[in-house]
Amino acid sequence: MIRVVLPSHLRALAHVRGDVELEIEGPATQRAVLDALEARYPMLRGTIRDHVTQERRAFLRFFACAEDLSHEPPDAPLPDAVASGAEPLLIIGAIAGG
Amino acid sequence: MSGVRVLVGTRKGAFVLTSDGKRERWDVSGPHFAGWEIYHVKGSPADPNRLFASQTSGWFGQIIQRSDDGGKTWTQPGTPPGEPTTGPGGMPKGESNKFQYDSSSETGKPLTTHQFYDGTQHPWEFKRVWHIEPSLTDPDTVYAGVEDAALFRSKDGGKSWQELSGLRGHGTGPKWQPGAGGMCLHTIVLDPGNPQRMFIAISAAGAFRTDDGGKTWRPINKGLNSPYIPDPTAEVGHCVHRIAMHRSRPGVLFMQKHWDVMRSDNAGDLWQEVSGNLPTDFGFVIDVHAHEPETVYVVPIKSDGEHFVPDGKLRVYRSRSGGNEWEALTKGLPQKDCYVNVLRDAMAVDSLDKCGIYFGTTGGQVYASADAGDNWAPIVRDLPAVLSVEVQTLP
Repeated sequence: MIRVVLPSHLRALAHVRGDVELEIEGPATQRAVLDALEARYPMLRGTIRDHVTQERRAFLRFFACAEDLSHEPPDAPLPDAVASGAEPLLIIGAIAGG
Repeated sequence: MSGVRVLVGTRKGAFVLTSDGKRERWDVSGPHFAGWEIYHVKGSPADPNRLFASQTSGWFGQIIQRSDDGGKTWTQPGTPPGEPTTGPGGMPKGESNKFQYDSSSETGKPLTTHQFYDGTQHPWEFKRVWHIEPSLTDPDTVYAGVEDAALFRSKDGGKSWQELSGLRGHGTGPKWQPGAGGMCLHTIVLDPGNPQRMFIAISAAGAFRTDDGGKTWRPINKGLNSPYIPDPTAEVGHCVHRIAMHRSRPGVLFMQKHWDVMRSDNAGDLWQEVSGNLPTDFGFVIDVHAHEPETVYVVPIKSDGEHFVPDGKLRVYRSRSGGNEWEALTKGLPQKDCYVNVLRDAMAVDSLDKCGIYFGTTGGQVYASADAGDNWAPIVRDLPAVLSVEVQTLP
């Protein structure tokens, strides 16, 4: 079980409160987590990564275990603590605009 | 008793303002989609309870929302709450927010680049939906004008969208370029007398017309003169801000261009300037009285460098002669220390008798006149900056 923390606007869009818990088949990677997230909450398709290119939207970041994973390859394994559910994967809306 | 519903899009959410036919007392609901930019909200003429909203964010991209109860509740048309998240064949839903440019070879000659700020060719990249135009007759059909400039259509109530790529592919696309607000298709005008004809406008490319339901398009910019482009009378490249039509005379169009107020009496084949005695012919909005096709409204803005009203006075100008002779309408509007703008989609008219005129400002005020502009009063004063105003006249 993997825990994902969404920014408040996306929680409202997906009609969820608190963390999202996802079961992932196979290795826990960014792509696998986002695939599972979008499968359960299709209204989030296009809001985290581009509909077509699947690239992360520019003002979103992926944090976990006090590390910025935003530039990790999408198929790289997530930290063990995220894969085990001990730590969440944080999807963060960048602080921008002053 | 009849009433009106005013649909307001702002920088930080949508608001629905309702009143009876007197238009004196107003109920304000919102913000809907708080914190998101709402570029446009518009109702279906075929089903007034069906509304579409363009909800957008620099962070999270584009969302299309739909209401089937006049704005009380909203859902994304592809993913109603409580329904399965996959459709027949296991295909995921959630496609209602997907605007993918047509790149197939079967449906025309879609272009992949346009002129960028530095003069190089740049690929089309979807940013947001600026304008939503529901069909005049079918509540499931709706058009969307997007940035980077293209026209999309949904025939299933907003669940999925397909590009009408004949516009982007008709030949002049490489000469289109973004204005300061981006390269956006912001105006869609449907011809009530001819379902095959529609008009669109793009900043900065100009106006275009189709006579075959969107398959093929041609520029309709003859008569426009834009000294800020290398060839002031070029076929495309003009910064058209807004086009308006009276439904009883669909061949007569009024245009607020970046500079100049224009008029065409032949469906855009030729334009003539009707700025006349306006204090400045720069502006964004333009609209036509619901019952008087020669009565036109604009809000002059001081200049393209300052983007606020002249002399600190908020004045709507009305022409009862189809242009050239304009009168200032000021009663109830601030005539001192006012420095707001009125953006291109932020004026609308109702069809009551007397005709109601509405507009919203970047200062967050929405003003209404229940007597065709003679007297004005604010419905609300302190919304976020207003991006769009639409009005529905209810039975």
